[in-house]
Amino acid sequence: MSTATTAPAAPGLTPTPHRPRSRRAWIHTVIGIVLVAIMLFPVYWMVNASLAPAGNSLNTQWLPLNPDFSGYSRALADQGQNLITSLIVAIGACVLSVAIAAPCAYALAQFKIKGTAVLLFVVLISQMIPGIVIANALYTVYTPLGLINSIPGLILADASQGIPFAILIMRAYLETFETSIVEAARVDGCGHVRAFWSIVLPVSKNSLITAGIFSFLFAWSDFLMALTLTTGETIRPVTLGLYTYIGTNDTDWSAVMSTAVLSSLPAVILMIIAQKYVAAGATGGAVK
Amino acid sequence: MTTTATQSDARAAGPASASRRRARRGDLLVRYAFIAPAAIYMIAFFGYPILKNVVMSFQAYDFTTFFNGEAPFVGLANYTATFSDPIFTRALGNTALFTIGSIIGQFVIGMALALYFRKKFPLSGFLRSLLLLPWLLPMIVSAAVWRWILEQDNGALNRFLEGVGLISEPIPWLVSSSTALLAVIIVNIWLGIPFNVVLLYSGLQSIPDELYEAGQLDGATGWKSFWHITLPMLRPVVSVVLLLGVIYTIKVLDLIIGLTGGGPANATQTLATRSYEMSFIEFDFGQGAALSNVLILIALAFSLVYLRANARAAKKG
Repeated sequence: MSTATTAPAAPGLTPTPHRPRSRRAWIHTVIGIVLVAIMLFPVYWMVNASLAPAGNSLNTQWLPLNPDFSGYSRALADQGQNLITSLIVAIGACVLSVAIAAPCAYALAQFKIKGTAVLLFVVLISQMIPGIVIANALYTVYTPLGLINSIPGLILADASQGIPFAILIMRAYLETFETSIVEAARVDGCGHVRAFWSIVLPVSKNSLITAGIFSFLFAWSDFLMALTLTTGETIRPVTLGLYTYIGTNDTDWSAVMSTAVLSSLPAVILMIIAQKYVAAGATGGAVK
Repeated sequence: MTTTATQSDARAAGPASASRRRARRGDLLVRYAFIAPAAIYMIAFFGYPILKNVVMSFQAYDFTTFFNGEAPFVGLANYTATFSDPIFTRALGNTALFTIGSIIGQFVIGMALALYFRKKFPLSGFLRSLLLLPWLLPMIVSAAVWRWILEQDNGALNRFLEGVGLISEPIPWLVSSSTALLAVIIVNIWLGIPFNVVLLYSGLQSIPDELYEAGQLDGATGWKSFWHITLPMLRPVVSVVLLLGVIYTIKVLDLIIGLTGGGPANATQTLATRSYEMSFIEFDFGQGAALSNVLILIALAFSLVYLRANARAAKKG
């Protein structure tokens, strides 16, 4: 196709950025809302079913016109302890992941010492190892070590997702980080540890937050480690609590869905208050 | 890098070469200390488990091992038992169907949504971030919700389909062996869409607008511009998205355990669920390890392809 024939039509075809097209844009918005609504229907359905009256939940209404909170009171009574366990484990795994990953990410990005390439490769590959492999072996060592049914045991196991992810996220950030201020500080006699603590960490706050959020979410969402590394009811994260809840013969769906809503809260809250970090983590974790 | 080391050494130790060397060694030690905690963790929680799995797969490692500590070596017995098990063949086939079906569904819908949200309209960014929600929810939560949606008599899906007249009888989504795998795939597609949208959208953002303007001049609009501009430009991102999708999907376990537990009659049994079942239901850790080693090999094969594709994508910018 020659440019000559299309040239006269070109001005009409090229969208001029300042032309008022607001009506068409709003139609796009409406279609966008419909698409998102279809995608989020299960989330709506979860909230809707959680508000259905208990005992009468066999036929959930399409709209929660008579919201009933008895599902929530039952969920809190049955799963309150498990929610607290999940919170402790997730915070523990989050702190552990960031504490171990941050110095490593800095070293991988800034020190050109032997072994860093190997370590980086191992970190990348480790993200792809199926969790069941880890669980399988951990169970056999956790048993003699007394780590089955323990909070430290779960924190350590759950960090196996957070640590590689946090290393990659923070390294990607620190690779682009301006080294001159660290070098200047080093020339002035500042040690590596001090340079890391008082210069690198404050500057890379955003990547720390992103890594921390995801480490928290990974541990909060963990099901496999909870399933394999706990056996009793004393130490039971809410994901496992929810699973055993579904399995009971006489399933009270409003209580189950109330538990599901409560277990989704961290994700929803994080999405509202830390949107930009969530989006950054979603892309950064994969394509680096 | 060496300049910083020598500069600080010079200040600290003066010209004496012995003390400079000592200082440099001290500096190197500090550097390794940054890596040490992560290295130790990686060895304990990835290196050791993988090694342990390999060793266990050659042992008769079962429930009695936990009492008497004996796990005699049995050569390839676990592997021959694994490969001759009809459930293994079933699980392998299901894993392939589950993975391929999920990837195609996630990718096509994810791509359509990413293209749609590339248009500039009010609330686009906000709606796009809402789309992330299914991906952030714990997988077992999604499994619980979908179990209720797919419920045969009172589930929302059957009620909707009956309401609009598409079906006359409720479909036993999760309890019939002919529909269970399909149902599980549908749910996994739903779970994977956000991830595809995010990555493909960021890939689309990096295609310069001028290319489309030039394409328009040549008469490439709509489908034509998609095939001749968008797809070729997006190819590196597409390969990364597809490979990561495969790597994540073959190890999915929570979702299937939550929805069907691998049933009915092994209709949704995959390598991951079967490996779990072998170790933690039948307490045959040796055979469970053999199975999960097969899973590791498959995951590693795709991981290496992924790392190459990713390196190529990174080089292209």
